[in-house]
Amino acid sequence: MKNSLINQSFVNARKENRPALLTYSVAGDNTKKRSLEILKSLSEYADICELGFPHNTPIADGGQIQTSAYRAIKNGIKINDVFSIVSNFKKIKKNKPIILMGYYNMVYQYNENKFISKCKKAKVDGLIIVDLPYPENKVFAAKCKKNNINFIQLISPTTSKLRLKKIVSDSHDMIYYISMLSTTGGKLKVSAKEIIKQYQKIKNQNKSKNVVIGFGITEKTIKSLKKADGLVVGSAICKEITRSIKKRQNTVTNVINLVKKLKNKIK
Amino acid sequence: MKIKKNIPLIDQHDKFGFWGGKFGGNFIPETLKKPIEDLTDKFEKLRKDQNFLKKRDFYFKNYIGSPTSFTKLENLSDHLNGAQIWAKVVSEANGGAHKIYNATVHALICRAMGKKYIIGDTGAGYAGKMLSMAAKKFGLKCKIFMGAKDIKRQKPNCDAMKKNGAEIVPVYSGSQTLVDAVSECMRYWVSNCDNTHMCVGSTVGPNIFVKICGWSTAQISKELKTQIKQKFKKIPKKLKLINCVGGGSSAYGFWSEFIDYDKNHIELIGVEAGGPKKSLLHAAPLSRNAKIGILHGAASYVCQNNEGQIHETESISAGLDYPGVSPIHCFLKDTKRAKYTYATDEEALSAYQLVTKFEKLNPSLEPSHAFAEAIKIAPKLSKDTIIVVNSCGDAKKDRDILIERLGGNL
Repeated sequence: MKNSLINQSFVNARKENRPALLTYSVAGDNTKKRSLEILKSLSEYADICELGFPHNTPIADGGQIQTSAYRAIKNGIKINDVFSIVSNFKKIKKNKPIILMGYYNMVYQYNENKFISKCKKAKVDGLIIVDLPYPENKVFAAKCKKNNINFIQLISPTTSKLRLKKIVSDSHDMIYYISMLSTTGGKLKVSAKEIIKQYQKIKNQNKSKNVVIGFGITEKTIKSLKKADGLVVGSAICKEITRSIKKRQNTVTNVINLVKKLKNKIK
Repeated sequence: MKIKKNIPLIDQHDKFGFWGGKFGGNFIPETLKKPIEDLTDKFEKLRKDQNFLKKRDFYFKNYIGSPTSFTKLENLSDHLNGAQIWAKVVSEANGGAHKIYNATVHALICRAMGKKYIIGDTGAGYAGKMLSMAAKKFGLKCKIFMGAKDIKRQKPNCDAMKKNGAEIVPVYSGSQTLVDAVSECMRYWVSNCDNTHMCVGSTVGPNIFVKICGWSTAQISKELKTQIKQKFKKIPKKLKLINCVGGGSSAYGFWSEFIDYDKNHIELIGVEAGGPKKSLLHAAPLSRNAKIGILHGAASYVCQNNEGQIHETESISAGLDYPGVSPIHCFLKDTKRAKYTYATDEEALSAYQLVTKFEKLNPSLEPSHAFAEAIKIAPKLSKDTIIVVNSCGDAKKDRDILIERLGGNL
C-alpha cells in the first residue's frame, strides 16, 4: 500500500523534519454532530486522525477514554453513525487519513466482511482492533489489505523478539508501539530513552515501516519522543473534552488549542 | 461439533484456544500475549509435576477440607414425593464455597512463578474472599476488584476480605457489578503484568484461565464419583446433576467426570439466573438464546445488543449476575451434552425457603437457582431417579438480601 494516505502523511511529516501527529477522539463524544466538529478541528493540526468506535466493556482503556466512550454510547452512537461521521469528514478532507479504532466484538456483530466494505465505502484508511492480536488477526488483516485498508499491528514492551519479527513482517504501512505496560491514559512510567530504545528495535527490523508511539503522550511528554515517526495523543484529548463539558466551555475551541500546543512542541 | 471421550473437556480446544472451533480463544491486547503465554507454559508444566500435584492434593485435603459431604435430602425428597434429591455440600469447603479450589491453585501457581502480587475479580464476593484467604495463607499481597453495587449487597464477604488483609478496589463504571469488576481487573493486569499474577474467578476469560479454573474445580466431581459409587455401589441408572451457572466454574467442576457418559444415563442440567420475574433483564445467555460475542477475552454466548454492546444484567444472586458464560458451557450446549434452563429471583427465593424448611442446609442464592429446578422436576420423576444438586455456596453472605426479601419468613 505504498501510495496510501497513511504512508503519505509520514512522508510529508518527515519532509518537515518532525514526527507525524496522530490524534484520537471518540465518535459520538459527546454528540454525533459535535464529534464531527471536533474531528474536523483536530485534522487542522493532526497528520492522521484516529476515531474510536466506543464499546462499553473496553479491557485496555483507562478512565479518560472510558468516560468519553460511555458518554458517546449514552448519547446514542451506533456503528453506522461512526461510518457516516467518517464519510462526512472525508467529503471535506479527502486527503486526511482516518483510522478507526475499537474492539473486536463490534466488528464481529456487524460481520467482518460487511464492516470492511462499509469502511471502504466511507474511505476509512486504517483499522486498529485492540483485542485482535497477532496471529489471530492474520485472516482479518489480509482481508483489510485486499481492500486497501491498513490493518495496524500493535507491539508492546512485553512482545518477545521472535514475535516482534513476525509482527513486523506481517504489518502494513504503520505499526503502533505501546510505550509501557498500561491502559490508555496512564502516566508515563518509563523513561523516554528506554521507549526510544524499544522503538528502535522495531525500526531496525524494517526501516520502511512507519512506527508510531502511543500511551502516556501528553503536552509534557511529547517533546521527549520526537524521534519517532509518529506520536499518538488520545486520553489527553478525551480529558480536555470532559473538562470543557464540565466547565461549560466550548469543546471544539479547547481541543483546537490543545492540539496546537502539542504540534508546536514537536515542530 | 463433537465432544471427544477420555480427554478432559478443558483440553479439547484447537491451537487458537477455541472449543468447538468457535468458543473461547484469546481476544486480548498485545501486552497480555506474553504473560498469558508464560502462564500457559507454566501451567502445562505444573500439571505434570508430581511435586506440584502432591502440594495441591495436600492443600485440597488439609486446607480446603476435601472431600465435602454427599448426602440425601430425605425430608425434601419425601415432601416432593418423586425423584430422590441428594446434595453435594461443597459449601462445607473452607470459606464456604467452591471458589476456594480455583483460588488455592492460583495462589500456588503465583508462588511457583515467583510473583508476589495476586489480583482477582469477584461478584458474590466468594471468589474474592477465597483469593484473599489463599493469598494470606501463601504470603501474597492481594487486590480484589468488585463492583460498587456488589460491595453493598455482599457485605459479609467484603468484611472477610478485609480481615484477610486484601485491598478491595471498588469499580464504579458501567453496571457496577461483576462484568465491570472483571474488566477493571484485566485493565489492572495490563498495567502490572510484570510482577502481578491474575486469577480469573470463574471458567471465563482468555483460554488459559478457563483451563486453570476448570482443572481446579474438577476436584468436586472426582469426589462425587467416588461418593456415588460408595452409596449406590455403582452409578445409578437415572442420574441428573443440577448446578447453577453464572460463569460456570462450579458446574464444570461438578460435571467434568461425568461428561463421557450418555446423556440419557447422566443428565447435566445447568440453571442460569432468570432475573426478577417481570424484568426484561436477566443473566441467562445460554437458556435465553443470546448471540455469540466477545467478552473479557473469549467468545461465548453473551447478553448484548445488535451492535455488540454488552447488556446490563439483573439477578438477585451476585454470583450469577454476569452477561457472559464459560466457553466450555457453550460447547456443552451446542453439542447438546448439557441442558440449560433458568430460574427467576422469585423461584430461587422460594426454593431457598423450601430447602431450609426441610433440611439442615443453608444454600446461598446461587445454588438456590439449582434447587429451584430440582424442586420443579422431582415430583414428575420416578423414585429411582437420583437428582444431585451442587450446593456450592453458603447463604451467610446473603443474610441482608434474605432478610429484606423474606423478612420474618426466613
